[in-house]
Amino acid sequence: MKAKELEITGWGRFPRAKSLALRPEKPAAAAAAVRARPAGGLVAHGGGRSYGDAALNDNGHVLLTRRLDRILAFDPERAELVCEPGLTVTELQDFLIPRGFMLPAVPGTGFATIGGAVANDVHGKNHDRHGSIGDHLRWFELLTADGDFRRAGPEDDPALFAATIGGVGLTGVLITLCIGLLPAPSNAVRVTEMRADNLDHFLRLLTQYRERATYSVGWIDVLARGERFGRGILEIAEPAAESVPVRAGRRVRVPLDMPGFILNRWSIGAMNACYFHRIPALGRDRVVPLGQFFHPLDRVLDWNRMYGRAGFHQFQCVVPDAQAETGIRRLLEAVGESRAGSFLAVLKTMGGAGKGYLSFPMRGFTLALDFPARPGVRELMAALEAITLEHGGRIYLAKDSCLSPDGFARMYPALPELRNVLSRVDPQGVFESDLARRLHIRGDQP
Amino acid sequence: MSVASGQRRTWIVLGASSSVGRAFSRQAAAGGSDVILAGRDTDDLQRTAADVALRANCRADVVYFDAESTKDHAKFVDDCMRRGGPMDVFLLFGAMPEQQAIDQDFALALQTIGVNYVGAVSVLSRLVPHLEAQGGGRVVVLSSVAGDRGRLKNYVYGSAKGALNLYLQGLRARLARSNVSVTTVKAGFLDTDMSYGMPGLFLVAPPEACAKACLELSAKGREVAYFPRFWWAIMTIIKSIPERIFKRLSI
Repeated sequence: MKAKELEITGWGRFPRAKSLALRPEKPAAAAAAVRARPAGGLVAHGGGRSYGDAALNDNGHVLLTRRLDRILAFDPERAELVCEPGLTVTELQDFLIPRGFMLPAVPGTGFATIGGAVANDVHGKNHDRHGSIGDHLRWFELLTADGDFRRAGPEDDPALFAATIGGVGLTGVLITLCIGLLPAPSNAVRVTEMRADNLDHFLRLLTQYRERATYSVGWIDVLARGERFGRGILEIAEPAAESVPVRAGRRVRVPLDMPGFILNRWSIGAMNACYFHRIPALGRDRVVPLGQFFHPLDRVLDWNRMYGRAGFHQFQCVVPDAQAETGIRRLLEAVGESRAGSFLAVLKTMGGAGKGYLSFPMRGFTLALDFPARPGVRELMAALEAITLEHGGRIYLAKDSCLSPDGFARMYPALPELRNVLSRVDPQGVFESDLARRLHIRGDQP
Repeated sequence: MSVASGQRRTWIVLGASSSVGRAFSRQAAAGGSDVILAGRDTDDLQRTAADVALRANCRADVVYFDAESTKDHAKFVDDCMRRGGPMDVFLLFGAMPEQQAIDQDFALALQTIGVNYVGAVSVLSRLVPHLEAQGGGRVVVLSSVAGDRGRLKNYVYGSAKGALNLYLQGLRARLARSNVSVTTVKAGFLDTDMSYGMPGLFLVAPPEACAKACLELSAKGREVAYFPRFWWAIMTIIKSIPERIFKRLSI
């Protein structure tokens, strides 16, 4: 198969990788590509929505999965869908919702592929109630390093199953996936938004609603200080009984790389204040289409260009319940001191551990932040890593471009199990990525 | 074109494995037709058939078809027709080996002509009596701008496509008498498996857009069209260059 030379980045546009891209349109072609032993190894690359280097392979090959995009079976009785990995979340939702179903875990962007969603064991705003995507995966067929297809499920090669969920593509290329679905009584949710005046209030509200609400997510103003420290908006939602008309969403595109200075702490501070005061002090209630609720930013295409050509770093960690209060506070303080100013800061709860060896979720509070790639940000990221570790938390690989190998190993105690599986299914290391090399996931690097 | 109202039609997609074939099948099915997916890799086509049938709630069948194996084409057409109902035809299979490879191996030249020209004529000529009998319908053929002028870079492929374009002119005249439209779509660069990774391509069009154009052009009963449309301008210039000069160019 012919390859195409591409410069590829994750959604954060940092780092950049030069790779030879293969783009099979059917499983047999993907298998032939793997059997050809691509130089520099190979990793699957789907929607390109992981932020850092999880789906990059500098000086090697990537296998673009977007053309593996077929729905193979849909069974309403068993509430399950069988499909290929390159379908995006939005494409699947557009198929499912009119048929009365939806994906059980929906990430913040609908442009992520379902294969990538499994490889990063993604979660949504309903994690407390429904878990992450891996919790609903019934079985899959995986193209492994020998060029064969292997089937795995909770009973069928459970180790390979657990290694692949959240396994950042290192076990192989997902070819066919079977996913359990949730019923969708309508195409909309009823959303209630309320202000949280400070961090204590915020954590109290989140704790209160994690059990009561199907969906809950908080937006936090990281620049607020003093008694407003940790203020924000909590959004909770329930499936709406009736559908609403969905207008073909107007999409806006960020046409070029914005100069890096546009997002600074004053502009972000002003935007945050507006965002906060948009919600009346007594809160508000409205019905919103599912797509808009799950993916508010998808209406701005290429929004990552807001950060300029240098790109940005995303940070997301989860801190277990018991240490969440101090942990989140110290993380926010560190961000405040650095004056880095995060445009999008999200705070929410998670329900429990995922099924994969490298699954991100654990019961606790998760905080997501992003920072333009500027001098001093790496130091901040290192500080945030240290605070996360101190509080028994972990960092999300799908968002990461800065974590240290040592920190990684401490955050993911099931790493040895993953390595066992890799030495069985891919002893020669055909599947490789920049993230795997950076974090020494295979363990054979110094 | 007379289309009996209320009767469900079927698009026969010859070369359904390609990305344009997949996109076309989905769009045709979304428009209310059934589809027959014809191609060599029937295992993989079953996956496409499942996809098309699920999305559009239509019938999608897979029938083995090999453009080069002309002796089997009569049976192939019989198999398709056994399903009954009025048929439309989208022909998009093709083979494009590199000219350099063809230069070194005449078998490749034969194959190029065999697939792109002989195979197309073979299957179309078997379909024609049925199309005439149904007294209406549409034939769309995805051809290539390469058929407009013989070029140093791909003249064997170009000659096969050029011959196909001429054949379609005559077929159009014949089928016009039975209310069947024949649309020749001369494609420029498409973002398909065939072209992926080739150097020197520009303004490459996505397969979905090509499929949409093929459906729309044939619905309008257009005879010949370029896709993307700007290729009309490019080919007008390329065709106007005198042969004395053209022979020295390496385009």
